[in-house]
Amino acid sequence: MPHKQPHKHMFQLPKSAKIRIGLVLALLFTLLAVIGPWLAPYNPNVSLSTTNPLPQPPSSHHWLGTTQVQQDVLSQLLVGGRSTILVSLIAGVIATFLAVGFGVAAGYYGGWLDDLLSMLANIFLVLPALPLLIVIFGFLSKSANPNDVLIGVVISITGWAFGARVLRAQTLSMRNRDYVTSARIIGERSWRIMAFEILPNLVPIVATSFLFTVIYGVGAYTALSFLGVISVAHWSWGTMLYWAQSAQAAQQVHIEWWWFLPPGLAVGLFGTSLALLNFGIDEFINPRLRAAGLSRRTARLAGLPRRVPLGLTPVAKSPAVSTSGQR
Amino acid sequence: MRLIVRRLTLYLLTAIVAITVNFFIPRLMPGNPVEAAIGHMQSQVTPATIKALDLQYGINTKVGLAGQYFHYWGQLFHGNLGISFSAYPATVTSVIRAALPWTIGLVGMATIISFVAGTLVGIAAAWRRGSWLDNVLPAMTFFQAAPYFFVAILMVALFATKLGWFPQNSGYDTTTLNPGLNWPFISDVIDHAILPALTIVVGSIAGWIIGMRNMMLTTMDEDYVLIAQAKGLSRRRVITYAARNAILPSVSGFSLAIGFVVSGSLLTEIVFSYPGIGYVLLQAIGSEDYPLLQGIFLVITFAVLAANLIADFVYSFLDPRTRQEA
Repeated sequence: MPHKQPHKHMFQLPKSAKIRIGLVLALLFTLLAVIGPWLAPYNPNVSLSTTNPLPQPPSSHHWLGTTQVQQDVLSQLLVGGRSTILVSLIAGVIATFLAVGFGVAAGYYGGWLDDLLSMLANIFLVLPALPLLIVIFGFLSKSANPNDVLIGVVISITGWAFGARVLRAQTLSMRNRDYVTSARIIGERSWRIMAFEILPNLVPIVATSFLFTVIYGVGAYTALSFLGVISVAHWSWGTMLYWAQSAQAAQQVHIEWWWFLPPGLAVGLFGTSLALLNFGIDEFINPRLRAAGLSRRTARLAGLPRRVPLGLTPVAKSPAVSTSGQR
Repeated sequence: MRLIVRRLTLYLLTAIVAITVNFFIPRLMPGNPVEAAIGHMQSQVTPATIKALDLQYGINTKVGLAGQYFHYWGQLFHGNLGISFSAYPATVTSVIRAALPWTIGLVGMATIISFVAGTLVGIAAAWRRGSWLDNVLPAMTFFQAAPYFFVAILMVALFATKLGWFPQNSGYDTTTLNPGLNWPFISDVIDHAILPALTIVVGSIAGWIIGMRNMMLTTMDEDYVLIAQAKGLSRRRVITYAARNAILPSVSGFSLAIGFVVSGSLLTEIVFSYPGIGYVLLQAIGSEDYPLLQGIFLVITFAVLAANLIADFVYSFLDPRTRQEA
């Protein structure tokens, strides 16, 4: 049986089905954001027919049908995907930077800085984010048509607090570990200790907090454009739902499902793909959760007792895992 | 008590921050909101109203910023949130007061149902780990990741339009019924509330299930639970021991969830044209009714803070450790 090189473990696809599905979906959506607008068969703004008074169901000309004013739904979906995903990624990246900066600094320095930053994070946690964003964009959209970067930045301001709190707690538990203390005694600078001694140990938590804020960003952006606070002429999945809702597509006798189903499913699936990745990271951090993923059949095949609700966390490798290890 | 005092300080600070942010946003943004407002008002606007608006938004006024800020606080303490542009001459307070009971009733009921049902399912999912329930969880996350209002649109399309089981919109049958404490009205209100409430439950339950399941799995490995089983206690008693301890993070995590649930409910209301705060919010956005938008922001913030305080009281009741004087 040929043994593979040890370093190949680094490049192996993760074994959990959740991570695999999540990863594939997330990459597909990212690809869509990049090439979507070029694939769009029509201009999403253009009325393609003046004779039809009603939205047309999917046909060979319009794979996802048309809207009330005969715009192509598929084109709107492809064009709107870029804005939706871009805004949520921008919001996620900036919020994660804020969370890491504030969380690690608060946990490492302690004292008044910790008190101040923790208070700030707690305030942002209880402050209802969506109403605040609505007020901000209500005034902002009045004077300027916000672009994707600006929207992402504003959303990130309301999304960093949860990550900061978790990272602070974890930093606090590492502050006095031996290797951190020795780095301090050697005379390393504080920023170096934080960046090179502490931060590498926080990578899974940073990843979780990034995924969370991207999910939050999609939700917030979609909600804001659904409400019409952000210009409804700027195509995103939220604006598609805005137009479908204002035409009461779900209330018509013949439900115009092709109008609201694609953008809603797209938002949901994008969020789900990130949540699945998150599940995977959670199970990586906490093996108890991973063991819970063993189905009864796998548990039996692995020779574990069938009913073990208590006292034993079956972390034994399941057969599926061990066979792939021998490949 | 220490927990309550500490949380109370936090909520007080949050309220002050919210009020201050609310004051500064219109001043930091470019443009003149008053001009837009007057264009939207249908009836005659008195010079006194314009003067009040100018002061509210700090335009064409000789009063300094500090003076404006104190004036704003004074108005707040009198319960005066300004005049609604779209419902002129009605005040923001009266518009919100009419809509608030609908939202509180809907969100309150749905949240309680979601929390109780989600916690129970979470306990079952942890106890029977590896069963089919584990496979349902990833599917549940879709409903958590999908926007509430999309779930609401699906509900309307399926249960109201297609199957005709429930009314499509509004809070009660406005054409034939008069609001009051009579059975036809109450039953009609319940009939109209089921679908929106179901939407909120479907959208929020996955969070409670997963949180409870994960905490329960950790608690089930504790020695005292193992001993409880080793002593031969009934399975029911053992589960209760574990669940009672596992539920604490769910209660303290309430503060994170409630903001999301309230925001989601506002969007749900819009889909159902439910006569609550969310519907008013949509109209305020459509007519650029800034005082109403800002009033809604403050009222929602206070409501969320109040809900948090209740959760904290429950928490300190459930967990004796927090009641200890240190």
